[in-house]
Amino acid sequence: MVNITIDGQKLQVPEGVTILEAARTANINIPTLCYHEDQKIKSVCRICAVEVEGQRLLQAACSYPVAEGMVIRTSTPTVLNARKNNLELLLAHHPQDCLVCGKNGRCELQKLTQDLNMNKPLRYEVETRGFPIDDSSPCITRDPNKCILCTRCVEACNEVQTVGTFSKQNRGYETVVVTPYDKKTVDTPCVGCGQCVQVCPVGALTIHDDTDRIYKELVGGKILVAQVAPSVRVTIAEALGEDPGTISPGRLVTAMKKLGFHQVFDSDFSADLTIMEEGYELLDRIKNGGTLPMITSCCPGWVKFCETFSPKELDHLSSAKSPQQMFGAVIKTYYAEKAGVDPKDICSISIMPCTAKKFECLRPEFHDSGYQDVDISLTVVELANMIKAAGINFKELEETPFDTPFGLGSGAGEIFGATGGVMEAALRTVYEVITGKELPRLDFTEVRGVEGLKEAVIDIDGLEVKVAVVHSLSNARDMLRKVRAGKADYHFIEVMACPGGCVGGGGTPVRSWKKVKARLDAAYELDKQLPIRKSHENPAIKEIYAEFLGEPLSEKAHHLLHTSYISRKDLLS
Amino acid sequence: MVENRYELTTPAAQLVEVARIAAPYKNKPEMLMNVVIQVQKVVPALSEAVAAVIAREMGISQTHVSGFITFYAMLSVKPHGKYIVRMCKSAPCHVRGAQEIVLALEDQLNIKMGETTEDGRFTLEYCPCLGICDVSPAIMINDKTYGDLTPDSVREIIKRYIREDV
Amino acid sequence: MEEMHVLLRNRGKIIPTDAKSYMSVGGYVALKKALSMEGADIIQVLKDAGLRGRGGAGFPTYLKLQFAYNTESDEKYIVCNADEGEPGTNKDRVLLSEDPNSIFEGMAIAAKAIGAHKGFIYLRSEYPYIRPILIEALESARQAGCLGKNILGSGYDFDIELHSGAGAYVCGEETALFESIEGNRGEPRYRPPYPGTKGLFGKPTALNNVETLANIPPILLNGAEWYRSIGSPNSPGTKLFTVCGNVNKRGVFEFPMGVNLKDILYDVCGGVADGELLAVQTGGSSGAIINPDQIDLPLDIDHVSASGGRLGCGTILVINDKNCVVDIVKNNLDFFRSESCGQCTTCREGGTRLYELICHISSGKGTLKDIETIKDLANTMRVSALCGLGHSTAVPVLSSLQNFEEVYNRHLDGNDCSICGHDRGY
Repeated sequence: MVNITIDGQKLQVPEGVTILEAARTANINIPTLCYHEDQKIKSVCRICAVEVEGQRLLQAACSYPVAEGMVIRTSTPTVLNARKNNLELLLAHHPQDCLVCGKNGRCELQKLTQDLNMNKPLRYEVETRGFPIDDSSPCITRDPNKCILCTRCVEACNEVQTVGTFSKQNRGYETVVVTPYDKKTVDTPCVGCGQCVQVCPVGALTIHDDTDRIYKELVGGKILVAQVAPSVRVTIAEALGEDPGTISPGRLVTAMKKLGFHQVFDSDFSADLTIMEEGYELLDRIKNGGTLPMITSCCPGWVKFCETFSPKELDHLSSAKSPQQMFGAVIKTYYAEKAGVDPKDICSISIMPCTAKKFECLRPEFHDSGYQDVDISLTVVELANMIKAAGINFKELEETPFDTPFGLGSGAGEIFGATGGVMEAALRTVYEVITGKELPRLDFTEVRGVEGLKEAVIDIDGLEVKVAVVHSLSNARDMLRKVRAGKADYHFIEVMACPGGCVGGGGTPVRSWKKVKARLDAAYELDKQLPIRKSHENPAIKEIYAEFLGEPLSEKAHHLLHTSYISRKDLLS
Repeated sequence: MVENRYELTTPAAQLVEVARIAAPYKNKPEMLMNVVIQVQKVVPALSEAVAAVIAREMGISQTHVSGFITFYAMLSVKPHGKYIVRMCKSAPCHVRGAQEIVLALEDQLNIKMGETTEDGRFTLEYCPCLGICDVSPAIMINDKTYGDLTPDSVREIIKRYIREDV
Repeated sequence: MEEMHVLLRNRGKIIPTDAKSYMSVGGYVALKKALSMEGADIIQVLKDAGLRGRGGAGFPTYLKLQFAYNTESDEKYIVCNADEGEPGTNKDRVLLSEDPNSIFEGMAIAAKAIGAHKGFIYLRSEYPYIRPILIEALESARQAGCLGKNILGSGYDFDIELHSGAGAYVCGEETALFESIEGNRGEPRYRPPYPGTKGLFGKPTALNNVETLANIPPILLNGAEWYRSIGSPNSPGTKLFTVCGNVNKRGVFEFPMGVNLKDILYDVCGGVADGELLAVQTGGSSGAIINPDQIDLPLDIDHVSASGGRLGCGTILVINDKNCVVDIVKNNLDFFRSESCGQCTTCREGGTRLYELICHISSGKGTLKDIETIKDLANTMRVSALCGLGHSTAVPVLSSLQNFEEVYNRHLDGNDCSICGHDRGY
């Protein structure tokens, strides 16, 4: 511990903590901009400048470590002036159209102008970069003109996800975060995970907005059939201002009905369906000498990543479609038939925690119903925006159950949104299918948690099933390396592109590990509360196999619920 | 508005050469400068295709390669002339009539600073101090320096390059 | 006035690329001595000698070595900063091309001091013709047993790797230089951690300027006391000065620290060329611009600092009255804005805004409000930028505003400046 003084307050703090961390323990709020609690220190925005006694230069509180006897002042006129001047410099190189910006009201730069009491016209002529807005990706929209060069997205894309869609290019005043050689996002290896959107403090990176398409379909008289992913019910309330981890499936359905969705189904159902198909596929591969390890395929960011960076390993991917696409195929076939509607009159919409799902539903192979199986994929954030725009007071809504026949999901489906959740769900079913016995314990806690790589060996009636769970694409890349080298000694691997799994997805409200952990807890809490916790015990699942699909891996199931992959290596050249 | 700055196709034979230069440095990112400098000697510009080959061969990302290239003034994504005439823009040359030299160069080659002659032989560029201030104003043509320039002497020097008398 | 050649002692007298030639005039004797000494003792000699860095900041050299010495590590590095980018500075070019072995020797001694076995020379790309000289000299030094395994039969290994820049002034900043060697964009790192604990490739590193390293062999050979007898108490030793601009005799000259600027200008360099003295800028573009009344100035690190400028790398730019100070500042700012790495807000945005404001003044359209903004912005840059480049940008601006107030006022009153009015095309 060292003794320091901040703004006259004497403190004892651990040696090596930064001034910023020390100040926060004393409830002294030093403004920051490039700083992000989950990321490396950047120290580039220079907003968190403070005075350290005995030093001629101001120091960046985010990066400067405290030392014994240090005397720090965080709000002297010099400090405040330097902060304002630096902020003014950023504003002079930033579009001034805040009122019609997608980040209006949620922009960290905007908040800073309020916090620092910026109330005078800028002394400089405002200049912007003149880059076109890149809307080529179905997942994210890039406006490099709004970028303030905090480089959080550079870290997210290049280090956390190791995708390398964009990075800093050029030098000095010309420095800009763009794709190499000004390529369109769609021509880059971008997997659409949206982790860049999650960390962007301004409107430079936003979710590709599809809300207008919903309104258009409503006016056009289509039947709006929605499926809602497991993670949505633990993030929608947060997106509307409630605490992270708030669980609200009932209010969510009510709100969607108010918005005009005709049917609101629960993707827990199709998650269960995925477990059936994927679980049986795993058994089949193990029994019949198929390619192992088998790797999950429900995460579209991961699938595209593998297609781009490691196409030779694609036969490790389960051929099972993601829950979104299984549901899409089922809605326009089984459901349409059951409900007696023409599938062409259905607009199939998914509500997802994910930006990559917007790309997934556009994949040309997903027309197994004879139509585009899922027409529009909306993120939690977009849905929240629609709820707000409709003047719905989400907090006070009564609860409505999901519509039948797909209103029932198991706890196994519920935890799909958590890293390790798919694995746990699969193990619950695989165990019972193989052994024909009831699981002695339902919770596979060894695959829960936020470590980058989780491993477990499950004894299933003498068969030692080795499994691994990775999340974030840097960890997936490491895993692929092991697979390629033949050193991935597993039967089954779960991969999720987003750190923490879907609850930390690109389409969720702005994340931090703290919030993601609360969402994870909520998902497991929901699992615990549900009467049915295994996919194969879901009566809706039993019904669809009995009435429509026959059995897992049947010909019909193969046609509607399985897919194939392509190499996208050309995106690297 | 940012126009497309990178319209350039690199011939396949050159890309093979690029791969040959970069391949020995797989997973040695610290050799990037070395590789890029060598590569620049065999290609007219560090084009997108060139960056992709370097990235692939060295096992680093394309964003890293292009971010690196665009940082350094002497690495170029745009095609260069055979002779790059670099005019010092710093104060020691400035106070000794650098501007007259610039005008003479632009007039003689009939291009502006930053441009390349149509025949692809000469590129005119500004650069910061060349470190030969004892003979300012000064220029560097590829790796050779020329100092104590007057408009007349610089014309003579360029003439020799035009004649390939170097 | 006589020059005093300590660093330039071999200039023109040896074959620069030949280690044997260097050895024939006493080269590598200091290294031989150092190889039999303890690291701490070598550092002590440099401490006693009071050697301070010659690259610009004037930081005590022994401290840099001490930090690296104190840090436990499997590997440590010595880096020679040959990215001589400060406009108007040529001294390192002279040393590198005329006496490269003296630099290698300095590096080897510093390496022995901290326990490093590998050194790097980072050479700026504007000196392409020096590259072959260094390659040949390095090979010759290896052949002579002065570099490589078991140097001079001591059992100690030390070798040097040559790296090139590719046109970036900011890579003269030590941590940016590390980034560049590592294959990255040359963007400075925040500090701490300092290079002595975490430098090149994350290892303890001592980086020194070419000239600083060249000082080490003579100090080891002749002792600290001898060194202290040269120069001034706060800055012992000699200094290489590059005199350039509108002066009759230009070039690199070696004098004891503390030599008077006026004497260099008039006695050594024969006075102002082609007109009257308008101003002098010491320390390159990041130095102060002073008026003719201020040139009676002893040139050592602390005296120049006290005058608001910096001795820096010892550059003296003489400016005659065919120029305008505002135009010179504009030239300086143009340099800084194009050399900013673009990483931190202050320097990336501030450099350009400052340049625009000066352009406004220079065009005759400026107002007092612009001057206020310039001062406010420059003062912020001086204290809140991430690295020295951003801090330095303010120096020519603030010093010229102080020393040439009437010139600025004249520009505010309307464009009657024949220099600024005459667009120089860039």
